[in-house]
Amino acid sequence: MTRILVDGVEVDVPAEYTLLQACEEAGAEVPRFCFHERLSIAGNCRMCLVEVKGGPPKPQASCAIAVKDLRPGPDGAPPEVFTKSPMVKKAREGVMEFLLVNHPLDCPICDQGGECDLQDQALAFGGDSSRYAENKRAVEDKYIGPLVKTAMTRCIHCTRCVRFTAEIAGTSDMGAIGRGEDMEITTYLQTAMTSELQGNVTDLCPVGALLPKPQNFRARPWEYQKTETIDVQDALGSAIRVDARGREVIRILPRLNEAVNEEWISDKTRQVVDGLKAQRLDRPYIRENGRLRPASWQEALGTVAAKTKATKAEKIGALVGDLAALEEIFALKLLVEGRGSANLDARQDGSKLDPRFGRASYLFNASIAGIDEADSLLIVGSNPRKEAPVLNARIRKRWLKGDFLISAIGEQADLTYDYDYLGAGPDALARFIESAPTASAKRIVLIGQGALTRPDGRAILALAAQAARKHGGLSEGWNGFSVLHTAAARVGALDLGFTPGQGGLDAADIAKAGVLDLVFNLGADEIAIEPGAFVVYIGTHGDKGAHRADVILPGAAYTEKFGLYVNTEGRVQEALRATFPPGDAREDWAILRALSGALGAPLPFDSQKQLRAKLGEAHPHLLRLDQIGSASAADLEAVALQPATAWKDDFAPAITDFYLTNPIARASATMAECSALALDRLKQAAE
Amino acid sequence: MSVRRLAEEQPASFEFTPENKAWLEAQIAKYPDGRQASMVVPALWQAQKQNDYWLPQKAIEKVADTLGMPYIRVLEIATFYTMFNLEPVGKFYVQLCGTTPCMLRGSDELIAVLERRVGPQRHVTADGLFSWLEVECLGACCNAPMVQINDDYYEDLTAENFEKLLDDLAAGRPVKIGSQTGRVSSEPAGALTSLTSFYGDGAKAQAE
Ligand code: SF4
Ligand code: FES
Ligand code: FES
Repeated sequence: MTRILVDGVEVDVPAEYTLLQACEEAGAEVPRFCFHERLSIAGNCRMCLVEVKGGPPKPQASCAIAVKDLRPGPDGAPPEVFTKSPMVKKAREGVMEFLLVNHPLDCPICDQGGECDLQDQALAFGGDSSRYAENKRAVEDKYIGPLVKTAMTRCIHCTRCVRFTAEIAGTSDMGAIGRGEDMEITTYLQTAMTSELQGNVTDLCPVGALLPKPQNFRARPWEYQKTETIDVQDALGSAIRVDARGREVIRILPRLNEAVNEEWISDKTRQVVDGLKAQRLDRPYIRENGRLRPASWQEALGTVAAKTKATKAEKIGALVGDLAALEEIFALKLLVEGRGSANLDARQDGSKLDPRFGRASYLFNASIAGIDEADSLLIVGSNPRKEAPVLNARIRKRWLKGDFLISAIGEQADLTYDYDYLGAGPDALARFIESAPTASAKRIVLIGQGALTRPDGRAILALAAQAARKHGGLSEGWNGFSVLHTAAARVGALDLGFTPGQGGLDAADIAKAGVLDLVFNLGADEIAIEPGAFVVYIGTHGDKGAHRADVILPGAAYTEKFGLYVNTEGRVQEALRATFPPGDAREDWAILRALSGALGAPLPFDSQKQLRAKLGEAHPHLLRLDQIGSASAADLEAVALQPATAWKDDFAPAITDFYLTNPIARASATMAECSALALDRLKQAAE
Repeated sequence: MSVRRLAEEQPASFEFTPENKAWLEAQIAKYPDGRQASMVVPALWQAQKQNDYWLPQKAIEKVADTLGMPYIRVLEIATFYTMFNLEPVGKFYVQLCGTTPCMLRGSDELIAVLERRVGPQRHVTADGLFSWLEVECLGACCNAPMVQINDDYYEDLTAENFEKLLDDLAAGRPVKIGSQTGRVSSEPAGALTSLTSFYGDGAKAQAE
């Protein structure tokens, strides 16, 4: 630690801190454009100039000079930094003036207006008038993809976007061509960016040069009602802020959560918004003579109740989809079990994870932040870049730090980092287990759904547990056995035990023709329910599930309800309501409560509060927000002892199209465009 | 300087000649593993030389592939350095220095010659022989004004001897590299104007 005086305030900071960080520590505000905590230091905007005593006698870029670069005074007095001296004021005004020389005066028609760093800092640190009468330079706008609109005349060349795509996203999509006053930010010959995290450059860009294209001229930042909630597009539960105007969600932004998404979100998380409006089920429907016709709630619930009463318990089944919150899963479980049926399943993809093996057998035990600590990684049957792009960026971040051996079994994809490819199927995993152990003590064994959704998934799970046990994945204080889920609802459903009970049928059997007479489908759209059964679909979008339904009960999407979700690590988080469900749609738990009333056997709660209380009685850990809850590594010993005769088949990818994994995404035109582009790229690469 | 873009018309492919490939491999081997990207400027230069002194898109991509770099990184470099030509140039590519010393010594007259004979900058004559570009100081100010044609300097130019030089080049006659007025290097053009006598001990030594 080094002592340093900032504006007379003494602080003790690590020697490798930059002056900018030291100033922040001392509570002094330093304006900046190019500096960003998570990116490399560029030092090219010069906005962060400060005056120092104990260093060069000219204004210093505080982001590019370290505390240890300053020398103490002759009598050992600590070096000093001034952020408010006349020299600093003049320097800042000068830098700001230069930045504005070529910046257009188009704030009134710029979407960034109101949340623009340049605007704010010009107000706070700039001069009061303009002395510049010459022509400004103009720059051609560039096409860089369907998600980011450019207005390149506004660019101040901070290179944050370039550094982000090169360092965090790992795709090196953007660059700065030309030089001097002709420098231009662009992608290679104006091709679309290829990263699944590209939308983040719109947050990073301090000016209005890179803006979210789908939100082009839609709203001003001060018009939004902002709701801090979580995302359900993948199983990470990234922290997001939903910005709505009136009844409409306009945009989704990331929030900071060091434990989960740091400050990034994937493009699906960000731009799925238009999917929240399209294809919505906004009133109940009943199928009559093969066609769905609108109905009233009373009629629809009556029809379902009558059908339920007329059906024998063992002929009733229930499926839970990928986006359901704990409340409705819990309510559906009570309802179906109350009828005496054991045919429950939330694993529509056929995953062989089972709560009977203990919570540790289906969690990402290493935790997402634990990736930073790990010393090696084995990926089994997963493509984290598609299944959880933000987590993939975290892996890349750890890899960039060095001393991190990554090996992969399964699909040989471009993951934005180098890895040892061990093979395509279970054989390779078996070979890995037999191989000589390395010195790794904190290995993560990341198991994807691609390895678990096959009939021999249980054997693979056992093999993975063995691999973890033998190769540094399970040791004192470290549990690296980590299942990467793709569905936001899955861990919660497993925690609630939404799996076949004694003698119950699993998802594949429930969906089979002629097995059941009545199926409750709570938003399961990735499974085809064969003809035969009477299907009650509770969900939000006119997708696969709704097309197969005999009665549709319209529910609420994740931005339209209060709901608890458990992410892939087992972290319980709450989603908040940003807008109301459209039309007659209702919150899902309330639909199930109403249905139970129509059945004459009301569920034991009348409000969400009561529901949560009941939920807490049965599963206390599910009410502890932002906590992971216990998962015993000892359970994995039992998993490892399971019979492990796996098939020879290669692991198939769990996700074929990142952009279209759920009904909301499939309803989004933006996602469709991204998906088509990605497909094109794939075709071109194959040629 | 102005915004630099790749040429509109591009060849469909680019391959290094076997000699250049061998040269490239030998050079790359000199770099530590994972640091091959440092080779990018020499590699681009070699590609440009091979391709009539300009860099097509495919050459940029070839260099990127060879060195394991993202395309955009190589494009950044190709557009940054003006010595990389992004469009076709004449067989005799004239880079005319227009910086102060050359300007004071009459580079404007040379520009007039070029504009008349060749046309505007970056324009290649119909016979493919000439194109020209005004550049900054090339470091031969003592013999100003001067131009660089392909790899060679031609100095002490006037409108007349420059015309003749261009005529000779066009006709394929041999030309003299360097000063066009007979200077050997950068000695004074006429007789010595300073240091004409020895001073102090030197004068004594001379006398003895
Ligand atoms: S586009 Fe934005 S983020 Fe990128 S360099 Fe320009 S100002 Fe910075
Ligand atoms: S923030 Fe320091 S130079 Fe940009
Ligand atoms: S000014 Fe022309 S060579 Fe230096």
